[in-house]
Amino acid sequence: MAEDWYMVNLVGVDRPGIVAHVSAALFQAGCNLGEAAMMRLGGNFSIMLMVQGSGGKAGLVRLLEPVAESLGLRLHVDRIEGHLHRHLEPDVRVTVFGADRAGIVARVTGVLAEVGFNILDLQSDVGGTEAEPIYVMTLEGQAPEGIEAVRSALAAVGGDAGIEVEVTPIETLVG
Amino acid sequence: MAVLEILTYPDPRLKQVSEPVTRFDEALRAFIADLEETRRAGPGAVGIAAPQVGHFQRIVIVDVSGARRPVPNHGHLVLVNPEITAWEGYAVGREGCLSVPDYTGNVIRAERIHLEARDPRGEVLAFDMEGFEARAVQHEMDHLDGLLFLDRLVSRRNDLFRRKKYR
Repeated sequence: MAEDWYMVNLVGVDRPGIVAHVSAALFQAGCNLGEAAMMRLGGNFSIMLMVQGSGGKAGLVRLLEPVAESLGLRLHVDRIEGHLHRHLEPDVRVTVFGADRAGIVARVTGVLAEVGFNILDLQSDVGGTEAEPIYVMTLEGQAPEGIEAVRSALAAVGGDAGIEVEVTPIETLVG
Repeated sequence: MAVLEILTYPDPRLKQVSEPVTRFDEALRAFIADLEETRRAGPGAVGIAAPQVGHFQRIVIVDVSGARRPVPNHGHLVLVNPEITAWEGYAVGREGCLSVPDYTGNVIRAERIHLEARDPRGEVLAFDMEGFEARAVQHEMDHLDGLLFLDRLVSRRNDLFRRKKYR
């Protein structure tokens, strides 16, 4: 019988060993792991984890709550309709960088939404110094209207002083 | 002609090293026709290697002439006993594989190569190639040595992508 999938989110101060503790608890309880993404954002540990199990949402929370507490993490669990083997293949990569300013993400993603761009992966970092922070964002997705539509839509954003926008095709080789 | 069954990871046979072709005969050419038919039956594959269908001889087919975005290419290539004799530069690119369904990843490959091979009649071939075509040849030739792109994965995140200027 197919068991339900849940999305488990854990957030808290980062320290070594978190993933090992959490995954061991899940494994010992007979849960399966699906896809996962862990990141350290601003010194915080953050993970999104697909978990498959038979105990329902309440059972999963009961299992993980003590683990999360012992690691100083906050836990959030949702039942999801997702499944494995549903990957979409990105065809365009957009890189944005420049002096950190309010509104970069909203402008770039707003323009992308207008041309129907479907973001499949986004990561951004703030580097530089506290006095002069720089912002770097890379995103990948599908451009149903083609890469030229993305380029011309973003041209105006890139024209702003201090923001560099690079649009490159992702040509996935299948062999 | 027939569409052959494609081995998929983790089938251990994909790790087998293939043997050089010694007889350039009708049997070889019949197999190559089947291999090509199998490539065409797959989802947009620009290449295929003999071991992917459980045939452990050093034969690959590469054809990037139909790539979504046109790239420099030498058309439809059947490469028997291929050898890369020179490499230059490197680039990160995204690859998938008929033998690894529903997964793609980033791999570093040489950007320009010099390639020597035989054609299906045993005649000598030599090419200088670059970019997507060179990547495809390297991907397929890895199969001959029992390697998949999974063996060469680099991180999906924070990779250094070569800045390319178009026009």
